[in-house]
Amino acid sequence: MDFPHREAPYVGPKADVAALMLQVLAALVPAALAHIWFFGPGFLFNLLVAAIFAAAGEIVMLKLRSRQPETGLSDFSALVTAALLAFALPSLTPWWVTASGALFAIVIAKHLYGGLGFNIFNPAMAGYVMILVAFPVHLNLWVAPRMGDIDYQTLTMLQTLQFTLTGLLPDSISFDAISRATPLDAMKAGLNNMQTVTEIKALPIMGSIGGRGWEWVGIFLAVGGIWLLIKKIIRWQIPAGVGIGLLLPATIIYILDPGANPGPGFHLFGGGAILCAFFIATDPVSAASSPKGRFVFGLGVGLLIYAIRRWGSYSDGVAFAILIMNMSVPAIDYLTRPHIVGHDDEAERH
Amino acid sequence: MPTSLTNRFKDGLWRENPGLVQLLGLCPLLAVTGTFVNGLGLGVATMMVLMASNALVSATRRWIQPEIRIPIYVLIIASLVTCIELIFKAWFPALDRTLGIFIPLIVTNCAIVARAEIFASRNTVASSILDGLVMGTGFACLLMAIGAFRELLGQGSIFSRMDLLLGGEPVLGIILTDGGWLLMVLPPGAFFSLALAIAAKNAIDRRRREKRGTLSRRPRLLNR
Repeated sequence: MDFPHREAPYVGPKADVAALMLQVLAALVPAALAHIWFFGPGFLFNLLVAAIFAAAGEIVMLKLRSRQPETGLSDFSALVTAALLAFALPSLTPWWVTASGALFAIVIAKHLYGGLGFNIFNPAMAGYVMILVAFPVHLNLWVAPRMGDIDYQTLTMLQTLQFTLTGLLPDSISFDAISRATPLDAMKAGLNNMQTVTEIKALPIMGSIGGRGWEWVGIFLAVGGIWLLIKKIIRWQIPAGVGIGLLLPATIIYILDPGANPGPGFHLFGGGAILCAFFIATDPVSAASSPKGRFVFGLGVGLLIYAIRRWGSYSDGVAFAILIMNMSVPAIDYLTRPHIVGHDDEAERH
Repeated sequence: MPTSLTNRFKDGLWRENPGLVQLLGLCPLLAVTGTFVNGLGLGVATMMVLMASNALVSATRRWIQPEIRIPIYVLIIASLVTCIELIFKAWFPALDRTLGIFIPLIVTNCAIVARAEIFASRNTVASSILDGLVMGTGFACLLMAIGAFRELLGQGSIFSRMDLLLGGEPVLGIILTDGGWLLMVLPPGAFFSLALAIAAKNAIDRRRREKRGTLSRRPRLLNR
């Protein structure tokens, strides 16, 4: 038998931020294509605007901080932030909303805290929350998902571009004709109107598990996420934590009262949960660092998402859950310090 | 203590600005600066209390026992704030309703106790009144600046509702755009504005020192 012969030192490939970020971006590609297929080319324009302004913010901030802009740009971290922001935004978003979110993410949430590696908040989610608080009216325009058997009015590429740039639609098309509530919005509004889950799930925007189109984007995101797990770019603790934290309460409460609570499948595929579990919560900078801490971090994110969806006034809680758990990271890291060989843990504490 | 008048104004407005440098009185500073007129109203009220309290503390400084000086300062300030509150209620009822609890809360503004303790308790009455004027002006200017900044970004207008202070018909001020960046009107906007103001002040100071040559330029960190 032929054993491969290796010389010392047995060092693996160099940890390279740019390679890592590129693989994260590659894992997002299938979901992005699904997103464009179901919700139109708006995603593409959002991504373009977010990427341009994120890069511009990065260059200006690195110049101000007396660092070389090329080194900051070539690690692609700003592009990942822009991509995550584009996934969070509705497909019809005026360019200045996207731009302000991207600039807030890069300038305030990333560079004012010290740049890549020092930011305590996830930049993309900080930018998204800023938009959510500042321009709530402009985050309503999710276009209807494209499915073969449903006759929704769709926008052409040019019409979408026109809306992105001017915030206006052609006179013949009204906002009501093209936009639909997100599955989570529809669920929340329906439950508030005393409808049962079964009635709400009969709406044409609902799919077999989550929402039409949404569930496919979710599946492709999960495929990308599992590929990242296999490539060991992310570890299993955070996605597992988010999954358990979200699905455990969802299942228990669904079993207790299935009429007034959507099931775990809907929670998983109805909104941003999968994107959060594999791509947002796993941000290595703003998440906890020890294996146990990562699991606790993910668990907290999942529980908070469920709590905000179930009892909060917002229909999805991913961004807030992430920011709240980002704040808890120092405490989690302190309480879950791994055991150091040769040190007496009890003595350390006192 | 600096003696020249310009030096003392520079201290109050810039070098020792109660809000910007000493970070005192942040509660009203963050809470009421949603518009310019709110900032101006509370700034003027605080300045009036500060001048009067400095005068009273300085006049009675020989009889105040050092062991119980802080409670006595608080008593003096509280009675003065009550006067100011009544004046506001009588003459600017609309502004009083807008500012609400923050007029009585001037009592707890630590900038006022700080000036009583640091300055008025060991200086003459005239000098203390001047100190109150200078420090109060610095605080009021910061309130107005942050109020104007937040109003401009948050509502797209400036000097709206000046009638609260000046009387007369309601005025909408100079409207630049319809609506604005809602975040700046909400509490986070206050924190962002104050942080940006402090950062701007530090940056200006640093640039001045660099120009004078008392500070070497920051080493350029490349390829860190």
